[in-house]
Amino acid sequence: MTALLEADDITKIFGSGVGRRIETVALRDFSFRIETTRPLITGVVGESGSGKSTMARLLLGLETPTKGAVRYRGADLRRLNNDQRAAFRREVQAVFQDPFESFNSFYKVDHMLETPIRKFRLARSKGEAHQLILNVLSAVGLRPEETLGRFPHQLSGGQRQRVMVARALLLNPKLIIADEPVSMIDASLRATVLTALRKLRDDFGISLVYITHDLTTAFQICDDIIVLYRGYVAEVGDVTKVVKDPKHPYTQLLVSSIPRPDPDRQWSEEPTPSALAGQANPNQGCLFAARCPHAFEPCLRSIPQLYRTDARRAATCYLHQDSPTLALDQMDELLMAASGEMQPQPAHPAAEVSA
Amino acid sequence: MTSILEVNDLRVYFHTPRGTVKAVDNVTFDVHAGERFGLIGESGSGKSTIALAIMRLIRPPGRIESGEIRLDGENLLALSDEEIRQRRLAGVAMVTQGAMNSLNPVMRIRQQFADGLNSHGETVTVEEARERLVELLARVGLKPEAADVYPHQLSGGMKQRVCIALAMSLRPSLIIADEPTSALDVVVQRQVVQTLRQVQEDINAAVILIGHDMGLMAQFASRVGVMYAGKLVEEGPVRAIFRQPEHPYTRILMESLPSLDQKETLQVVKGAPPSAADRPVGCVFHPRCPFVMDRCIQEEPLFREVAPEQWAACHLHDEPAAAYNLSREVAE
Repeated sequence: MTALLEADDITKIFGSGVGRRIETVALRDFSFRIETTRPLITGVVGESGSGKSTMARLLLGLETPTKGAVRYRGADLRRLNNDQRAAFRREVQAVFQDPFESFNSFYKVDHMLETPIRKFRLARSKGEAHQLILNVLSAVGLRPEETLGRFPHQLSGGQRQRVMVARALLLNPKLIIADEPVSMIDASLRATVLTALRKLRDDFGISLVYITHDLTTAFQICDDIIVLYRGYVAEVGDVTKVVKDPKHPYTQLLVSSIPRPDPDRQWSEEPTPSALAGQANPNQGCLFAARCPHAFEPCLRSIPQLYRTDARRAATCYLHQDSPTLALDQMDELLMAASGEMQPQPAHPAAEVSA
Repeated sequence: MTSILEVNDLRVYFHTPRGTVKAVDNVTFDVHAGERFGLIGESGSGKSTIALAIMRLIRPPGRIESGEIRLDGENLLALSDEEIRQRRLAGVAMVTQGAMNSLNPVMRIRQQFADGLNSHGETVTVEEARERLVELLARVGLKPEAADVYPHQLSGGMKQRVCIALAMSLRPSLIIADEPTSALDVVVQRQVVQTLRQVQEDINAAVILIGHDMGLMAQFASRVGVMYAGKLVEEGPVRAIFRQPEHPYTRILMESLPSLDQKETLQVVKGAPPSAADRPVGCVFHPRCPFVMDRCIQEEPLFREVAPEQWAACHLHDEPAAAYNLSREVAE
């Protein structure tokens, strides 16, 4: 079956300096599939510079991969014909970090919601368009009387971001790619946006790629998780397994660095890099070796493969070299998508209007 | 315990064409010598305005309307501009969110350090200054080479640690760190906060950590204050605040924290903080409070001690204890 969206062994290299000769590998040999069979939330977690935003931009077709291809329903994003492009723009939606930047502050919120209805001809009459807007707003937990007729600055960050989600929902998408959707929103309002996103999966059968640096919120809403480190997949699999019992030393470092909101659970000491870490060569071997408390001989020689430590998880680390290897393009075997059976497609809020 | 900082009835208002914004209203708290104090609040709650007021850096249309800020017993609000300039860095130093961007990009770190010394009347030779800086850099875990580089040669976390080193250069009795790690990754954040803690113990300065990350507060502070809509609504020892919050807002804040232990336990908080220009009358929190009573809509609650060393501004504490606990259970 053709995947909705598929990254096939993509690498993105940015050039910089004189004649673009200094190469930065933002994402390396990455493969990933999003199926339509079962809606899932996949988290992509990493520090700044891990390649997570580059991945989002590649999946959205905003960047083109240096190697490999991103395919939408089997067609290379670079070679979509007009119909395919229109369908892609409808089925795959984006939500970005700063909702203020996505708004034109001179227009009322209504304009933001009416534009896609007009451009994609989603409604036949004004009344129908209005009903559609009411439906999507209530789907993300916004009250129309508190949202419509207002300017963006009159809404809270959480409300603005939910308007963005509602706008995405208008188009009846199959997939939403959300890049740090809550990092600029106050703690007490984050849950409103995250719950709205999770509701899209549960109520409308929409898959989500949730890109974040925050493992805690990823743990809360995701089914699967991909941990990136400097463009590499460090660990991938079931979110509970990865967070509760991380196998890659980098994931272990990430989890142990999260400040727990409990005065009686103090941070543990940061592990000291192993004696061999000092010899790590940045151009050879595991990219994490220089910081790794467990680095040993093999880590300095070559980049480890993905080792499948159990049915639903794999880590790129020689500590697990006794486990069977997993080719990068088979990564999705671990994810819930492979284990999922067909689920009934729930109704989209737009359906009841156009029916 | 002696107080190093006393803030009494501080009011900072911004006079805009569309009305007066009470950014900080009637806030009173103490910070003890050598203590780690956390100031929690969401954006717009006034926590950073308090920091700027202590530094006397409020700019028009903002104005300190009334109140007292005493550092070591001396009222900072009564000092002349030159006197307060001398207190900054020497008496109270600040590390801000974008502190790393406050370094001068065309000066080496050691030149910037010497600048600070010179402007506070310390005449030192280049060698002496470098020696002192190297010692400070060692305290924040940086190598001596960091003294001779330009800021762009350092990573974000290193720059933030340089700023901490510069902040303690004149051994201030108080360091204010306003969201010092919000631009940093979680691993680096731990390093910077642990550095700050180490420094605090080394030079026995009091530190006010300002932020919205409850995790960081739990890890760092020994006492915390909670700001909401320009008011300090609760203050107390960190364990009491996290275990037994006495103000409904603090409680909701605690319950809305995403957990790393239990999946799918996100709690949605109703409503949004009021806009700064349009504060509710009565208790500022009443529109979102699950326990709201008639009285809360009319009358502002007093900030008072409701448990040993724990202060809160909430009318519920006038109700019979049973009623308060009952309402707690109802909400749960």
